Amino acid sequence: MDATPHTTPRQSWTFSNETNSEIRRAAVTGIYDIRGGGAKRRVPHFDDLLFLGASISRYPLEGYREKCDTAVTLGTRFAKKPIELKIPVTIAGMSFGSLSGPAKEALGRGATLAGTSTTTGDGGMTEEERGHSEKLVYQYLPSRYGMNPDDLRRADAIEVVVGQGAKPGGGGMLLGQKITERVAGMRDLPVGIDQRSACRHPDWTGPDDLEIKILELREITGWEKPIYIKIGGARPYYDTALAVKAGADVVVLDGMQGGTAATQDVFIEHVGQPTLACIRPAVQALQDLGMHREVQLVVSGGIRTGADVAKALALGADAVSIGTAALVALGDNDPKWEAEYQKLGTTAGAYDDWQEGRDPAGITTQDPELMARLDPVEAGRRLRNYLNVLTLECQTLARACGKSHVHNLEPEDLCALTIEAAAMAGVPLAGTGWIPGKTGF
Amino acid sequence: MQTIDLATTPLRDLNAMLQAQTDNTNQTSWEIVNPKGAHALAVGLDAPIEVTVKGSTGYYCAGMNKQATVRVTGSAGPGVAENMMSGTVIVEGDASQYAGATGRGGLLVVKGNASSRCGISMKGIDIVVHGSIGHMSGFMAQRGNIVVLGDAGDALGDSLYETRIFVRGTVKSLGADCVEKEMRPEHIEILRDLLERAGADASPEEFRRYGSARKLYNFNIDHAGEY
Repeated sequence: MDATPHTTPRQSWTFSNETNSEIRRAAVTGIYDIRGGGAKRRVPHFDDLLFLGASISRYPLEGYREKCDTAVTLGTRFAKKPIELKIPVTIAGMSFGSLSGPAKEALGRGATLAGTSTTTGDGGMTEEERGHSEKLVYQYLPSRYGMNPDDLRRADAIEVVVGQGAKPGGGGMLLGQKITERVAGMRDLPVGIDQRSACRHPDWTGPDDLEIKILELREITGWEKPIYIKIGGARPYYDTALAVKAGADVVVLDGMQGGTAATQDVFIEHVGQPTLACIRPAVQALQDLGMHREVQLVVSGGIRTGADVAKALALGADAVSIGTAALVALGDNDPKWEAEYQKLGTTAGAYDDWQEGRDPAGITTQDPELMARLDPVEAGRRLRNYLNVLTLECQTLARACGKSHVHNLEPEDLCALTIEAAAMAGVPLAGTGWIPGKTGF
Repeated sequence: MQTIDLATTPLRDLNAMLQAQTDNTNQTSWEIVNPKGAHALAVGLDAPIEVTVKGSTGYYCAGMNKQATVRVTGSAGPGVAENMMSGTVIVEGDASQYAGATGRGGLLVVKGNASSRCGISMKGIDIVVHGSIGHMSGFMAQRGNIVVLGDAGDALGDSLYETRIFVRGTVKSLGADCVEKEMRPEHIEILRDLLERAGADASPEEFRRYGSARKLYNFNIDHAGEY
C-alpha cells in the first residue's frame, strides 16, 4: 500500500464545478442560459451596513408605546391624486403571463390588506389584479401589450418603464410554452409563439421625447395620476436627474438584484450596479435639483427584511418595492415541493427557470393544474403578514434611532462593515470616521 | 361647429373639453385653430366627434383615440395616432416618425409621406400612406394592415408578426423574417376596402404583399445570425 501522503484534491476557484457545468451545458446546447430572478452573485448589500442606535446624543423612542409613523405619499409633485400608502413597501411590477392569474390576485389581496400598492407588468392589466388591488400602478412598457386608455384611467398611478435592474438595456422574452390563449389575446399575438418585449419604447427616445410622452399621458388622464419613471441601476445619478427633468412625480430605481421573469443569465449577472451602490447617487441627484422628497424615490432590488427597508430609507429612499420576496411569501421555492424541484433538476431555493412555466408552486406558470395549487386568498394573507413584519421591523429600528417617522432615518444613523459598502453607501466604515472617497482615514 | 383657438385656450382646457364629449353629444364638429405644432393635441378622445386641426401638430396628436375622427390639415409630428383604439385619423400633409405606433384599431390615413418606423409594434390598426414610408416601418408589427401607395425604405417589416404590408412602389430592402407573399383574392378584397376608405386612387392589383416568414416565432439558435 502506498503510504505517500497526497494533497486533498483541489477544485479550481476559477473553474468551479458550477462554472464547468455551465461550459458543458453551453457546449451541448449552443445557446446561452435563460432564467428568471435577479443577480445571484454576492455583491455589497444592506447586510454590510449596521444601524448605530441611540446613545447619549440621540435618545430612542419606546417600542410599542411611542408612535413611529410609516405612511408614505407618492406623487406630490404634479398629480392631482397622489397615492397614499400606509407602509413604505410596495409590490413591484410583475406581468400576468409571467405570473398566473391567481398569483396576481394574491399580490393584489396582500398589498391591499397591508395598505400598499401593487403593480401590473408587461402583460397588461387583468381583472384579477384590478379587482383585488385597492391601489394599482399600471406599467407603461416598450411592448405596450394590452395598453389602452380605459385601463390608464382606472389605474391609480402610471409607471413608465425605462429599464429594470436585472437587465438595464435589455428587453424580455416570454417563451411560447407560457403563451396560452388568454395571454396571447391580451398581447395581440398568436398562441404558442415566443413574445419579445422590446428593450426601448417605440415612440420616444431620450429625455426630451420622454417629457412630451409624459405630457400626453397626463393629458389623457386629466393630470390625476402620479407618473413614475422606473430605471435600472445603470447610471443612477444621471438617470434620476433626467427623469426629474422629464417631469416624473416618482423615480423607481431597481438595482441588479431585482428580478426578471426571464432573460440571459449573463445579462442578469454582468450588467448594472448593486442596489446599495445606486441609492446615494440617485438621492444626490434629487438633492442637487432641490427635489429630494418633492419627487419621491422608490428603491427595489434585493429587499428582504425590515432592516433592508430601514437602511434604504436611511440612505434617502421614500419607499421600497419588493418582487422576489413577495413571490417567496406567496410560496415560491417552498421546500414542500422539493420532490418536484428535484424532478426539474433543481432544488428548493434555487429554482429559477420561471420562463418554462412548470413552477411546482403554481406561481410562474400558466398551466391550469399547477396554477390551482396557489390559493390566492391564503397566499394573499401570507403576503399581508410578511409586509406587516417588514414594517414592524423597520419601525423597531427607526425607534431605536429615535425616529418618530421612518423617513427621519438618515445616513448618520448608519455605519458600514466593509470599505466597499462604506464607499457605496457614503457612510463611515465601522469604528472609524472614514467614508472612502469623501473623507480621510 | 365649435371653434377653439389654441392661441388663447390652454391645451389642458381644450383636451378636457374634447374628452368630456360622450356618445350622444350634440357637439359633434370641432375645429382647432392656431395649433402651431402643439404636442398631445386631441389625445384620449372617446366619442363619435369630428375634430379638424387647422395647421400642423407636434408629438402624439390623437394619441389613444377612440371613435373620433381627427383631421390634421397640415403635417403631424412624431407618434400621430399612437396606440389608437378605433376611429379615424387623417393627416393631409406628411407624418413624422412612429406614425400609428402600437395602434390597436381604427384607420390612420397619411396623404403625404410617413417617416421611419411607421406602424412600429402595431396591434390591429390599419394605416394607409398615400406617399412613401421611411426605414424600419412595420418593425415588430403584430396585427392590422399597412398600405403604401409609394415606396418603402430599408428593412421593411423587420421581425414582423402577423401584420400585412401592401406596397405599390419599390421596397428598398426587407427586414429580418419579412418576405413577399402571394396576393390572394382575400387580400385584394382587404386592400380594395382600405383604399376606398382612405380615399386613395389606386387599384389593388398594382400592389405586392409582404408578411412574416414566421421563422423567428420560436427562438432557434440556427437563426441567431438573422437578427
